[in-house]
Amino acid sequence: MRTIERAELELLATGAWILGAGGGGNPYLSYLNLCNQYENGNTVSLLDPADLADDDIVAIVSGMGAPLVGRERLSDPRFAAKPLLAMERYLGRKFRAVMSVEIGGTNALQPLVVASVTGVPVVDADAMGRAFPMGQMTSFAIAGLPTTPLVVSDIRDNEVIVSRGEDASWMERIARKVVTELGSIAATCKAPRTGLEVKRHGILYSTSKAIRIGRIVHEARRRHDDPVAALVEAEKGMILFKGKIADIQRRTTEGFLRGKARIDGLDGDRGSVLELAFQNEFAAAWRDDEVVDTTPDIICVMDSVSGEAIGTEMIRYGQRVSVIVLPAPDLFLTPKGLAATGPRAFGYDFDYKTVLKAGT
Amino acid sequence: MKRIGIDVGGTNTDAALIVDGKVVKGVKTPTTEDVMSGVRKALELAVADDRTVAASLDGVTIGTTHFVNAVVQRRGLNAVGALRIGLPSGASLPPFVDWPKDLRGLVSSSVHMVRGGHEIDGRPLVPLDRDAIREAAGRISEAGISSVGVAAVFSPLTAECELEAAEILRRENPDLRITLSHTLGRLGLLERENVTLLNACLQDLAVKTTGAFVDALRDSGIRAPLYLTQNDGTIMRAEVAQSFPVYCFASGPTNSMRGAAFLSGLEDGAVVDVGGTTTDIGYLKAGFPREANNTVEVGGVRTLFRMPDLLSIGLGGGTEIAADSLKIGPGSVGYRLPQEALVFGGNQLTATDIAVAAGIADIGDRAKLVHLDRAMVGQAMRKMHEMIAEGMDRMKTEAGDLPLLAVGGGSFLIPDRIEGASEVVRVEHHAIANAVGAGIAQVSGEVDRIFSGIGREKALETAAEEARAKAVTSGADAKTLKTVETEDLPLSYLPGDTLRVRVRVVGDIAAGS
Repeated sequence: MRTIERAELELLATGAWILGAGGGGNPYLSYLNLCNQYENGNTVSLLDPADLADDDIVAIVSGMGAPLVGRERLSDPRFAAKPLLAMERYLGRKFRAVMSVEIGGTNALQPLVVASVTGVPVVDADAMGRAFPMGQMTSFAIAGLPTTPLVVSDIRDNEVIVSRGEDASWMERIARKVVTELGSIAATCKAPRTGLEVKRHGILYSTSKAIRIGRIVHEARRRHDDPVAALVEAEKGMILFKGKIADIQRRTTEGFLRGKARIDGLDGDRGSVLELAFQNEFAAAWRDDEVVDTTPDIICVMDSVSGEAIGTEMIRYGQRVSVIVLPAPDLFLTPKGLAATGPRAFGYDFDYKTVLKAGT
Repeated sequence: MKRIGIDVGGTNTDAALIVDGKVVKGVKTPTTEDVMSGVRKALELAVADDRTVAASLDGVTIGTTHFVNAVVQRRGLNAVGALRIGLPSGASLPPFVDWPKDLRGLVSSSVHMVRGGHEIDGRPLVPLDRDAIREAAGRISEAGISSVGVAAVFSPLTAECELEAAEILRRENPDLRITLSHTLGRLGLLERENVTLLNACLQDLAVKTTGAFVDALRDSGIRAPLYLTQNDGTIMRAEVAQSFPVYCFASGPTNSMRGAAFLSGLEDGAVVDVGGTTTDIGYLKAGFPREANNTVEVGGVRTLFRMPDLLSIGLGGGTEIAADSLKIGPGSVGYRLPQEALVFGGNQLTATDIAVAAGIADIGDRAKLVHLDRAMVGQAMRKMHEMIAEGMDRMKTEAGDLPLLAVGGGSFLIPDRIEGASEVVRVEHHAIANAVGAGIAQVSGEVDRIFSGIGREKALETAAEEARAKAVTSGADAKTLKTVETEDLPLSYLPGDTLRVRVRVVGDIAAGS
C-alpha cells in the first residue's frame, strides 16, 4: 500500500479522461475536490489488489448519470461518500477498501474522493478498464456475480436501496429510472465484492495504468512532442482518423447522451468522412459509410494539438481532432465479453470490428 | 462611409481613418496612463488633415485590451459579490474555487451559496431560497459592494432563478450592477460562473473607460456613435458593451488578425502581431481567426466562451534583454519605451535597441548603441527569430507552410524569411492593423431560441434566416453575411423534438447605413 502523491492526481485525471472514450465525464471537478481534500491533509492510499484477503469486502462506488449534468450540479465529497456509509449500515459490516466501477472519466476519481472522506484505501483496479454507459457492462456482471444490493443517493435526502434484482440488465433498468428521477445524476454504491472476487474478476492495476497514460501525455507535451502519437505508441493503439468536426447531433434520453459526430478528413484522410456514434461513450466508427471500429475498443477523440481528450458533450463544429483507438481489456473480447459490451449490446446490427491487430 | 477605428493597447493607441473601404490615414501614439488623453490625441491626429471629417463620421469603433490587461495585471478591478444558486449541490466547490489565490484575494468579497437552480429536465432542483437571497443581498449591500455575479445551476436552459435573484438584489440596492451567468456562458457551471465573476470585477473599470472614450470623442468634436469591438470581430454600441467587458477580452488580437486579412487581401495564413510587450500568434481561416477549442485561461482563470485561438509569447519591441545572459523577456518596458530604451537615451537594453543595432529598424538615435557587441546583437536577433518560428509551429494544425502576415509596431523583429512560413507578407499600415481591424469590424445578428416539433434541420434553417434578417436590420449588407456560429441543444424534457438553437451571422456594414 502506498500514498497517492498530490502530483499524481493530475496525471490520473488526464489518463482517466482519455480512458473515458468520450464519456465518463471530465474528471476536472473531482480533481478539484481531491486537491481541496489533500490541502486539508486528507490524502488517499492505493492498495495492491494482491494484498486483499479473500474474505475482505470492497465497496464499488460510482457516480451515475449524464456527464453534462455533472458539469452543472457539481459533485461534493460528502455526498459521494453517502451511499458507502448507507451500504455499511445495510450490511452491518465495515468495508476494507473502496474501488472504482470504471477507470474512464470522473468515476476513476470517485473512490479517491470517497476514500478522502472515509479514510479507507483505494484498490488499484476497476471493473471496466475504460468507461461504459451501462452497469451490466462490467467484468463482475460478465462473470455472473450478483449485482445486488445497490444504494443510490442524491444531493437531497433521498436514498434508494435495491435489495434484489433479476439480473444485471434489470438492475441497470431500475437504477437508471431512479437516477433519471433524481435529476440524471446520483452517487451509487454497487454490490459489494469480496477480496477474492476482485482478484479473480477485476480489471487489475487500472488506476496505475491511468496514471501512466497521464504521465505519457504530460511528458510528451512538456517535450513539445506529439502527445497523441506518444500515447498510441506506448499503449499499442492506433490513430484512426484526423479531421475537422463537420457536424454534431446530440439528444439526452433516459439519462444517456446519444448522438453522432461527422468528421471531414484532413491530411492523409482528406476526402474521407468518419462518422462516430456515441451513447455517453463512442460506440462505433464508420469510414465513408463502412464500419471500421466498434466498442469495446476504446475510441477517443483528441484535440490534434494539445492531446486533450474531448468528451462527447464537448465536441463542437470546427474542432481539429485525432480519433484514436486503444485496445480494450482482453476479457471484453471473449464471446461473453462481446455479448455484453460489443456493438449488438448497444443495439447495432453488426459485430465487433477493430483496426487493431489481433494479439495487441 | 467614414469610420475611425481605434485600438488601445498596453503600449500604443493607434487609429485608422477608413473612407469607403480604404485606409486614408493611420496614426500611432503612446497609450497614456489615463487612456483618454491617448485616445483624444489619436483622434486629433486621425482627422488632422481634414477638419471636416470629424463632423461627417459614420462611427468610431474602439477595440481595447484594457480589460484583459486589468485581469492579467490585477489592476483596477473592483470587489465582487458572488451569488451561486444551486445548493445542495456544489458546496465543496464554491465560487472562485479554481482562481489563482492573488486574484481571488483581490476580487472575492462576499460569497454566497443558496438553495435553488434547476434540473436538466426543467424541474426545480429544490425550491428557490428567496430568504437566503434577501439575506445575501443585505450583506452584499452592507459590505458596500457595487457589483455582483449571479450563477444558477442550469441557467442557460432555465434562467428563472437568476432573473428572480436579480430582482431581489436590485430591490435591496437599485444601483447594484449585476451580471447574470446565462447572458454570457454555456453549460458548465464553474467556467460560466468564472466568466460572470470576471465580468463583474471589471464593471467599475468598464464604466470609467467607456466614459473616457465618450469624453474623448466629444472633446474632439465627434458626434458619431461609439462602438466597442468584441472577441469575434463584431461591434456593439458602447452603452451596451460596457456591461459586458469580457466580450472585449480578445478584441485586440482579433482586430489585428482581421485587419491583417483586410490589408493583405489574404484569407488564410498565420498572423504574427508583435506589440510592445507580447507577440500574439494566431491563424486566419477564411478571413476570421481560428477559434479556441478548449477552455481558455484568462489571467489564470478557467473560462469557456468564444475566443480566438492564440498563443502569446513574451516578445515585443519593449522586451527587456540581458546583454550578458542573452535572456529575452518576459519583462518589458511597455509604454515607457520612449524613455527607457537605449536608443532614446534610457538605461534598458530592449528588443528595439537590438533591431536598431542590427540595422533592421531605424528608430531613435543609433549613435547611442555603438558600444553594443556585434556578436551579442546577432545572437539576440537569432534567438528572437527562433521564438517566433517555434510559436508559429506550435499553433499549426496541419502540415505545409502558409504565408506569415507580419503586423504590429514591433513587426520589424520578424525576419523576411522564417522557417515554417511560405513567405513573409508585410502590408501597408501593418503597424496599425489592429486599428484597421476595429475600423472594418462587422455587424452581427444572433438568434437564440427554442424550436419545437419542426426537426433539427428546419430549426437550424429558420434560425439562420432570422439571424440574417436581424443582421440586415442592424445595418449589415445582406450579400456579405456569413454564419459564424451554429449550436443546437436538445431539451429532452419538453414534448416533441425540442431544441434550443443559437445562430450568429456577421456581415459588413452596408454602404450608406
